[in-house]
Amino acid sequence: MTTLGLSTYKTVTEEDVKFWFKAASVSKFPSNGGACIKYKNKQIAIFNFTREGTWYACQNLCPHKMEMVLSRGMIGEENMEAKVACPLHKNNFSLKTGKHLNGDLEAIATYPVKVKDGFVYVGFSE
Amino acid sequence: MQTIIVVGNGMVGYKFCEKFVAQADTKKYKLIVFGEEPRVAYDRVHLSEFFEDGDAERLSLAPRSWYQENTIELYTNERVSEINRATKTISTSKNRTFSYDHLVLATGSVPFVPPIRGVEKKGVFVYRTIEDLEETLAYANTVKGGKAAILGGGLLGLEAAKAVMDMGLEPHVVEFAPKLMPRQLDSRSSKVLQVKLESMGINIHLSKATNQILGNGKITGMEFGEDDTLDVDMLVISAGIRPRDELGKSAGLDMGTRGGIVVNNKMETSDPNIVAIGEVALYNQMIYGLVAPGYEMAQVAVDQILGKEETKMAAEIDMSTKLKLIGVDVASFGTPFMPSDKGHSIIFENKTESLYKRINVSHDGKKLLGGILVGEADDYNMLLQMYQNEMPLPENPEALIIGGRGEGGVSFGSAMDLPDTAVVCSCEAVTKGAICCSVLEDGNENLKSVAQATKAATGCGGCKPMVSDLITESLKTLGKTVKVQICEHFEYSRQELFDIVKLRGVQDYDELLDTVGTGHGCEVCKPAVAAIFASIYNETANKQNTIQDTNDRYLANIQRNGTYSVVPRVAGGEITPKQLMAMGRIAQKYDLYTKITGGQRIDMFGAKLHELPLIWEELIKEGFETGQAYGKSLRTVKSCVGSTWCRYGMDESVSFAVEIENRYKGIRSPHKFKGGVSGCIRECAEARGKDFGFIAVEGGWNVYVGGNGGANPKHAILLAEKVDKETAIKYVDRFIMFYIKTALPLQRTAPWLEKLEGGITYLQNVVINDSLGIVEELDAEMQALVDSYKCEWKEAVETPEIRERYTHFVNSEETDDNIEFVSLREQKMPKEWA
Repeated sequence: MTTLGLSTYKTVTEEDVKFWFKAASVSKFPSNGGACIKYKNKQIAIFNFTREGTWYACQNLCPHKMEMVLSRGMIGEENMEAKVACPLHKNNFSLKTGKHLNGDLEAIATYPVKVKDGFVYVGFSE
Repeated sequence: MQTIIVVGNGMVGYKFCEKFVAQADTKKYKLIVFGEEPRVAYDRVHLSEFFEDGDAERLSLAPRSWYQENTIELYTNERVSEINRATKTISTSKNRTFSYDHLVLATGSVPFVPPIRGVEKKGVFVYRTIEDLEETLAYANTVKGGKAAILGGGLLGLEAAKAVMDMGLEPHVVEFAPKLMPRQLDSRSSKVLQVKLESMGINIHLSKATNQILGNGKITGMEFGEDDTLDVDMLVISAGIRPRDELGKSAGLDMGTRGGIVVNNKMETSDPNIVAIGEVALYNQMIYGLVAPGYEMAQVAVDQILGKEETKMAAEIDMSTKLKLIGVDVASFGTPFMPSDKGHSIIFENKTESLYKRINVSHDGKKLLGGILVGEADDYNMLLQMYQNEMPLPENPEALIIGGRGEGGVSFGSAMDLPDTAVVCSCEAVTKGAICCSVLEDGNENLKSVAQATKAATGCGGCKPMVSDLITESLKTLGKTVKVQICEHFEYSRQELFDIVKLRGVQDYDELLDTVGTGHGCEVCKPAVAAIFASIYNETANKQNTIQDTNDRYLANIQRNGTYSVVPRVAGGEITPKQLMAMGRIAQKYDLYTKITGGQRIDMFGAKLHELPLIWEELIKEGFETGQAYGKSLRTVKSCVGSTWCRYGMDESVSFAVEIENRYKGIRSPHKFKGGVSGCIRECAEARGKDFGFIAVEGGWNVYVGGNGGANPKHAILLAEKVDKETAIKYVDRFIMFYIKTALPLQRTAPWLEKLEGGITYLQNVVINDSLGIVEELDAEMQALVDSYKCEWKEAVETPEIRERYTHFVNSEETDDNIEFVSLREQKMPKEWA
């Protein structure tokens, strides 16, 4: 049994991307909602923010209680900064920077996303 | 550049920093702070809340980043060990030396441990820091189910008793004095408090002097006198505080004979470059163990250092205090006990409801001198204001403590009647004038922005209701109405949104946001709007699943480790042996932890996301349907067996409960709601502890509404007496529908009813006498909801697109390998949080 800690997740920017992982077809992601994908030992939450016309990806692990749940959270926006609210205790994280918006937890790692030919790709540096 | 060193990062030390950076030019001053605890300053006043959620971070007064942003150098885990006044330097436990221009001693206090024989034994703790609590908790886990004593029946001792009870031990409070809280309460109020606490399972032992702690190596009991012992497995000492003054002593500052660093009204010690504030400072030959005077000292020290010499500590310090002790309000203000030559007292006591109120009035009946409130202290703020501002008393001052209850108007005028100089927030010393000015002149329009601007209500929070009233009233004078806006995306209250959705027939969240809202929504407005759609169209959460709270979205209750629990409906708590066996078989197959709930049904825990549709498919095949345990909707209708079996029963409570639970099942509302039906006034179903309840009496059913258990237990109030079943149902139909349409999001029926102007009389007029002319509409709306019920789990398992949502990964068949269970009494539970 593996317990994946926070150290597994490091923010990847578009410039760092070495490999675009073909995650799943667009239809797997509800509009204005999220779903979780697996890449190697990582769980990544991907959000289809239809209202903004943007896709976001971040670690599925909530740094508060170390549960793999962020993909099941509600997304929304605060002062037009896209965010996800953890379903367990409503901790809000920016989907742009990963910053914890309503407290002082560690920021979550975010990943670049692109959509091509009906498929969603997540960028990784390894 | 001047350097200011603050020794101590507790509440008062932090307050000094906060006030200092707010006022001082940070280019001229450098602030260095030392704290010996590993954590940044936290709220010790609410320490017992740490037990409720184990979340230490939530108690922090400011995150570490706050210190960085304000260029404060913060060294935690580093104790200042010595002051060298000649060189104006300090040294620390890590052997580092720093020099200062001003030194601020805010070292606080340590718990006083009386010199009792055996006090060093294992299992004896103090109650002061988060670390103390953690150690206590670790030990408590080894003696679970045992007894724990708390030495000291003061404020902190009673808080500790609650903490100990939460740890799963039987609490015994041992007090030397003949009464609880001897410094704040008179003996009658103390007795009222004692009876109340005893009814909650806290044992109280008064007039006990502890001679020794018994036990071989670890504590097994306490001995008071000859043959007078108490067996306990743990002891928490909370017998007062002693100032942590050793730094002052070794530096040769003037000290009090019983400890404490002597300060004058500028907070100056005998060395003009050193100030002392908080519980280490001896002012007027007193140590003040309350937050408010500590904060005031911090303000004086800041102003003195910045050269505003006119700010001085008041000669007399107000020790008024209000707190919620284990859910019981306790407050005292001014002179709580008063010799009869100074004035007379008016006392109201109601032992059955554990209420005690006392006010002390001057002989001429014109001034309020002080008082004590136990059991309910809603009027504390107003009374305190009247006392502090020497406001004239009404002709019959007893109305101040007995007039305000029930339907009659509150005896106080509005908070606006206070003089501008009245201090409304005593923690932060914010006046009524400052709060109103922040609204009228600076344009702040809600509690959050006023609190940010003035700091009011950011301390203990006790003044929040009054600050809200002042904001509302000030806005009214500007001709603005005050709206309880749902969130930044909708400038409407829930009730207004409800009407908009209904009138315009909006059926889609995005459409509503585009037409009457702004932005892209958030986790506050989405579920609120989802509930409105559900109440109007009775649509299930499956339709717009991404605007639902997680429990509604997946039709199950998310648990600590991200797994879910499954609760089928067992209407009225009536279940056949066959159904029991089916449930048992399914729980066993999926290895679920099972437990009987408080609502007379069975909860099955530990289901992984992908298992939910499989489990429900089997349950539905056995004839079960969803219990909506996850929803803001009807939960259960609890019943006693009633006249079908019980020899006292007046009517068939089970049949009624089954009928009514099936009537309201699936109806979504602003918050969850529960019902109860009892077959006689013995009330075994606890119907008066529910949002609605029926009790069978001679000649019909009594109908009660607006009760709940939980953190603020409330008994439901009588809506109608001795009515037949059909009438009873009709009244409750209308009550629920009226509540659904007008309540705030996440407001249960009890607080809704409390805020309803006119209270129960008004509600009776609406639902019985049709004073608003809306009962036909309410009846039709309720009937539509009842008629359109469907089991949303049946819908989910039968619809492939919905079933598909129940996968952990959308790109892999694997399941979440992060979930770990450990065994517990032949079942399983989630592994502890890392």
